[in-house]
Amino acid sequence: MAYNLKQVVAEKPSRFTSGHRMCAGCGAPPVARHILRALKPEDHAVVSCATGCMEVSTFIYPYTSWTDSFIHTAFENAAANIAGVEAAYVSLKRQGKLPQDHETKFIVFGGDGGTYDIGLQSLSGAMERGHDMVYVCYDNGAYMNTGIQRSSATPKFADTTTSPAGTKIPGKMQPRKDLTKVLAGHHLPYVGQTIAYMNFKDLYEKAEKAIYTKGPCFLNVLSPCPRGWGYPTDDLMLINKLAVETCYWPLYEIIDGKYVVNYKPKNKLPIEEFLKPQKRFKHMFKPGNEWMIEEFQKEVDTRWQELLDLEEMGNK
Amino acid sequence: MGIRERLSGNEAVATAMKQINPDVVAAFPITPSTEIPQYFSSFVSNGVVDTEFVAVESEHSAMSACIGAEAAGSRAMTATSANGMSLMWEMLYIASSLRLPIVMSLVNRAVSGPLNIHNDHSDAMGARDSGWIQLFSENNQEAYDNMIMAHRIAENKDVLLPLMVCQDGFITSHSIENIELIEDEKVKEFVGTYHPEHYLLNAKEPIAVGPLDLQSYLFEHKVQQGEAMKNAKKVILDVAKDFEKMTGRKYGFFESYQLDDCDMAIVCMNSTAGTTKYVVDELRATGIKAGCLKIRCFRPFPAEEVAEALKHVKAIAVLDKADSLNAAGGALYEDVVSGMFTSNIHVPTVNYIYGIGGRDTKSTEIETVFDDLATIVKTGEIGNPYRYLGVRGGNK
Repeated sequence: MAYNLKQVVAEKPSRFTSGHRMCAGCGAPPVARHILRALKPEDHAVVSCATGCMEVSTFIYPYTSWTDSFIHTAFENAAANIAGVEAAYVSLKRQGKLPQDHETKFIVFGGDGGTYDIGLQSLSGAMERGHDMVYVCYDNGAYMNTGIQRSSATPKFADTTTSPAGTKIPGKMQPRKDLTKVLAGHHLPYVGQTIAYMNFKDLYEKAEKAIYTKGPCFLNVLSPCPRGWGYPTDDLMLINKLAVETCYWPLYEIIDGKYVVNYKPKNKLPIEEFLKPQKRFKHMFKPGNEWMIEEFQKEVDTRWQELLDLEEMGNK
Repeated sequence: MGIRERLSGNEAVATAMKQINPDVVAAFPITPSTEIPQYFSSFVSNGVVDTEFVAVESEHSAMSACIGAEAAGSRAMTATSANGMSLMWEMLYIASSLRLPIVMSLVNRAVSGPLNIHNDHSDAMGARDSGWIQLFSENNQEAYDNMIMAHRIAENKDVLLPLMVCQDGFITSHSIENIELIEDEKVKEFVGTYHPEHYLLNAKEPIAVGPLDLQSYLFEHKVQQGEAMKNAKKVILDVAKDFEKMTGRKYGFFESYQLDDCDMAIVCMNSTAGTTKYVVDELRATGIKAGCLKIRCFRPFPAEEVAEALKHVKAIAVLDKADSLNAAGGALYEDVVSGMFTSNIHVPTVNYIYGIGGRDTKSTEIETVFDDLATIVKTGEIGNPYRYLGVRGGNK
């Protein structure tokens, strides 16, 4: 049946309740809520969070926003935590110690700090071992929970509190890590890169595939941060749109090694459209800094073309 | 009647784990505990156990996976040494705060640096405030027996704390000695099945584990952990009583060896107690009233009971196989002395740091400790209370 946002929302009540303390205009809560909606209503889930904005804002003792079972322990180990839960599930089910007639699914949410950086080892380990789980990175491009420090997901030139745009050094000087490709190198059954855009269709469908594909699956979801990126809170969906329409954040998936680009803008917008509404790139628009925008555009174009080539290769 | 065997300490622990048949084992190799996951994965490969073995990519992930598995409602175990447990350090505290009765075999080894793979107790001492129950083992038999008793203690509703069974790396982990094993069925019955009250995989009652726990609640939660550690004292003795009924082997918080009428006593842990008991026997044969108090239960620390057992002694030496580098004595020494002081017992007590990085501790060196104690008894002078044993550049 074709995806219909109103129908999904009507038929599947949110499993991530309101009352949490995430910021207005944060991209992460709609992502978590919609991904959990991709679960079949009859299925139980165990969710694990890396320490980060989402964890500290959704489970402050004695309150929780999670209606499924939930575990958080530390920053760098959410993948290993859920791997242990999944191993227990496999063991107990095999021994007949759990009801045989229903399914439990295992989902992790980690920010880019907990995923690209401090948690990369535990993520890589869990993926290689083949646990039946989905790891979701909500990538907001810096350590937002501790106050906007640069991460390996931070784009080049972005102004952060540990890569401040100064008079000598104009922001972060390194291009961002391409984590989706790093995960592709693990030869997983399903890897998807997505965002909350166009009625969340792409996000929902990829979540559904990731959750119901057996084995270790990975989703990388761009998740804007109004504080770190510097946009008005009601512009969240606009920023998401511009990330996709400029090809800064292409929507694609890798199914058993085959690349599929899910959306190719008819009119690819120049990168300025994405950069301009964000204060973290403000210095790039000062006279004399045109080279920075040019370089950024070149990087986006190169990565986009590389992706199209990878898709093309798979079609041959 | 048990089964007579000859096993190394690592084999003994792996055998206990096989008999316990936990639901999940997550472990990463590190000398000298590596053999335990090796033996255990062969049990898994050959279908001897029902366990899901998770060959994690680090010890941090080993403990993280054990936490996930135990919170999920299963019995989870692991084994490690030294730097492996250092890497787990963050997760040790989290495991105990979540009140998860994970059981770990710690094969004691010097924590780097510099790098050293041999035995001392710096790994266990580093975790003494982590909220884990710590049981020490003189030999393969005790490592095995402690392992069999571990789940009954850790999983008790008044306790619910993780537990580590310690033994000396190489000295006992790799030495083959006679051992009396318990029949599989008896172990199964003794250990029992695990029935957690609340667990993640209970779809009928979803729970949330590991909150952000701020000023309004964390203090009370820590007090509850402390209470659980106090409760563990009674449970450890109760379980030991049941174990004695099954095997005839008696365990308490510590072993008193020729202690009741002694003038001089050495307090120590793990394999050094074997050497000390040998020296005690030799001295007794010459009429010298030497004794030994071997700590089995280091956390919770039986402060009052130790003080009571030592109150009649004229001079005491506490041997620490880890240097706290604090200019005020090793961890065991501090605990023994503060226990005595609190009970208003004042016996001249000195500390020896010994055996660091696997330095062999010979019976002749233990004799020198008793010689030193004899001097203290004779002169009434303690001298320097913070001493070294078996180190270049002098004995004091």
